[in-house]
Amino acid sequence: MTQELSTCGYLSEEELKGSPGIPSEARRKKGPVAVIECTQDIPCNPCEGSCKVGAITVGEDITNLPHLDGEKCVGCTTCVPVCPGQAIFMVDESIEGDKAAVTIPYEFRSVPEKGQVVTALDRSGTELGDAVVAGVRKTEKMDQTSLVTIEVPKEWFMKARGFRFKK
Amino acid sequence: MVTIGAGPAGLAGAIEAARNGVEVVAFDENERPGGQLFKQIHKFFGSSVHQAGVRGFNIGSGLLDEAQKLGVEVSLSSVVLGIYENNVMNVMIRDHIEQVKAERILVATGASENMIPFPGWTLPGVIGAGAAQTMANLHGIRPGKRLLMVGSGNVGVVVAYQMLQAGCEIAAVIDAAPKIGGYGVHAAKVARYGIPFLMSHTMKEANGKEKVEGATVIQVDEKWQPIPGTEKSFDVDTICIAVGLNPMNKLVRMSGCKTVYVPALGGLIPAHDLNQRTSIPGIYVAGDVSGIEEASTAIIEGRIAGLAIASSLDYLDEAAFVEQRDRQFQNMKGLRTGSHGEARRKAKDYLNAVMKG
Amino acid sequence: MGESEKMRIEEHPILGTFEKGKKVQFTFDGHTLEGFEGEPVAVALRSNGVLVHRYTTKRNEPRGVFCAIGRCTDCIMVVDDVPNVRTCVEPLKAGMVIQTQFGKGPEMSE
Repeated sequence: MTQELSTCGYLSEEELKGSPGIPSEARRKKGPVAVIECTQDIPCNPCEGSCKVGAITVGEDITNLPHLDGEKCVGCTTCVPVCPGQAIFMVDESIEGDKAAVTIPYEFRSVPEKGQVVTALDRSGTELGDAVVAGVRKTEKMDQTSLVTIEVPKEWFMKARGFRFKK
Repeated sequence: MVTIGAGPAGLAGAIEAARNGVEVVAFDENERPGGQLFKQIHKFFGSSVHQAGVRGFNIGSGLLDEAQKLGVEVSLSSVVLGIYENNVMNVMIRDHIEQVKAERILVATGASENMIPFPGWTLPGVIGAGAAQTMANLHGIRPGKRLLMVGSGNVGVVVAYQMLQAGCEIAAVIDAAPKIGGYGVHAAKVARYGIPFLMSHTMKEANGKEKVEGATVIQVDEKWQPIPGTEKSFDVDTICIAVGLNPMNKLVRMSGCKTVYVPALGGLIPAHDLNQRTSIPGIYVAGDVSGIEEASTAIIEGRIAGLAIASSLDYLDEAAFVEQRDRQFQNMKGLRTGSHGEARRKAKDYLNAVMKG
Repeated sequence: MGESEKMRIEEHPILGTFEKGKKVQFTFDGHTLEGFEGEPVAVALRSNGVLVHRYTTKRNEPRGVFCAIGRCTDCIMVVDDVPNVRTCVEPLKAGMVIQTQFGKGPEMSE
C-alpha cells in the first residue's frame, strides 16, 4: 500500500495522481464523470461489469487497477454503489456557479434530505466546511447503498469524500 | 459424507457432493448455520463467479437454500466430540450423544480468535471482534456506546465500519504493527468519518472497576517494546480485540492428520493437497481450518473437497471431476494473487508439496 | 440502567429491523426486566445495561460476555437455579430467574 494509506487509512491527493481511475481535468470540466480511487491490487472487478458503456476496464487479471476511459464515461453513477470498497465517486464540475457536485456512496441509517446543509469531510474525516445536499437516490438494485450528492466549492472536487450532519 | 461445520466451506462441500448423489449430513455446533458468513453485511470483492457485489449474508442464504434443496441434512446444536478410527465420530446433539460413521469426512470447523492479554482484559466490555459482529448483526444490539478497535487487519477494519453502521462511536483503531494490515479501501471507509488509525501502538491497560471505563495504549518501537511516556488514553466503554485468527484444528489433530506450522496461514495447519485431502484417508479439510483466508476462498475449497469426495466414492467420473475441479481452480487463481493473496498461494502450494513428500 | 434503551438497534441501515420473539419479563437478581423471547439471555441483560455476569472464585473479579458464541464461558450465570449456564447462547424464556454467579455457584441439590 502507498505510504499515507498504509499508516493513516486514507489516500493523499499525491497518492492518487496518475491513478488509472482518475479522469483528466479536461474531461471533468465537460460534465459528471466517475472518479475511481482504487489503488491496491485486490482481486476485484464488479465495477467493470456494471458499466453499461464499457468505460471501466480491469481485464483478465482481476488484481489490475480499474482503468477509466473518461471519453466513454457518461456519468450515470451506476458504478458508484456497486464498488464493494466504496471507492468510486461521481464528480460534476460543469454545474452552475463556482461549485462542484460530488456523489458519495452512503450506508448509514440517517439519510439527509435534499436542501439540507451538512459538513463536508475530506478523506481523513477532517471538516472542510458547509455543503448543500443536492439529492439522495436509493433504488432496490443498489442493495441498501444510497447515493448522496453534495454541492461543494469547486476547489474541493478532489477533497470532499464524506459528510457529517451538523449538530 | 459428513461435513463438520455448516459455514461457507462446509455448505459448499455439501452442495457439490449432494449434487452428485452423495448422501450428506452437516453437523454444526451453533443454533444457526452459515458460520461467520451471516454476520458479514458488506458487499464481497472478487469477480462474478465469487458473487462480487453481493452482501455476505445473502451469499450465505443462497448456499443454505441450495444445500437444503439438494437434500443435505443440516443438524444444528450438534457438536462433533471426536473423530476416531475408521471415520467414526461421536456427536453430541443437544443433550444426547450419537455415534456416527461416515465414508468421507469434511472438516470445515473454521477458526477462533487470537488474544492478547493486558491488565484489565478480563473486565466486562473487553470483547472479541467476532462478538461485536454477533451482537450487532445477529442480535441487533450495540456492544457498547464508544469503542476502541485493537487490530487493523481486515477483521478489525471491517468490524469497525460495521460498528459505525450499528450506531456506535469509535475512538480509534490501533495496531502494534507499523502498517495497516487490511485492505486500503476498508480502512478508507472508516478513516472517512474521522476515525484515527494509530499504528505502532498496543494496549497497555483497560481501565475500570466493574467494567471498561477507558483504555490506555502505548507506542511500541521496532522491536515491539513499549516506549515509556508515550501512553494515550481513550474514553471508551468497549475494547474490541481483532488480532488474528487461528484454525480450530483439534479434530484434525485428534484424527492423526499430519499438521504443519505455517505462519502465513495463521498457525498449525492440517497438511492437504490441492484436492483438499489430508494425510488420513477419507478426511478432507476446507475453509479457515485449512488456513486463514476469506469466505470466497472457503467456498471454493469446499466445492473442490465436495467434488473430490464425490469422485472418490465413484459418484462422479474422472473426466467430469477434473473438468469441474479445474474450473474451481480457475476461480481460485484470481483470489490468491496480488500483494495480499500471493503469500497464501505459496503457503498452499507448500502444503501440497508436503503431502507429496 | 437508564441509558439502556439505546443499546438495541432499532433499524439497521443494511439489515433493517431485527426479527424478535414476543416481549417477555424475567428477573435478574430480584429485579424484573424485559427482553424478547428466544434471544440470548446475555442480549436481554445487555439491553437493560447489565454487563457484569459473575464474579470469579479466587479473586472475586467481575466477568461478562467475551466471545458471544458460547465458547469461552466468561458469561456464565445461574439460570433457574442451574449454575454455569452460557448466557450468550441460552435462549430467554418468560419468567426466567437469572442471578449473578459467585464463584462456582450454588450447590446443586439432588
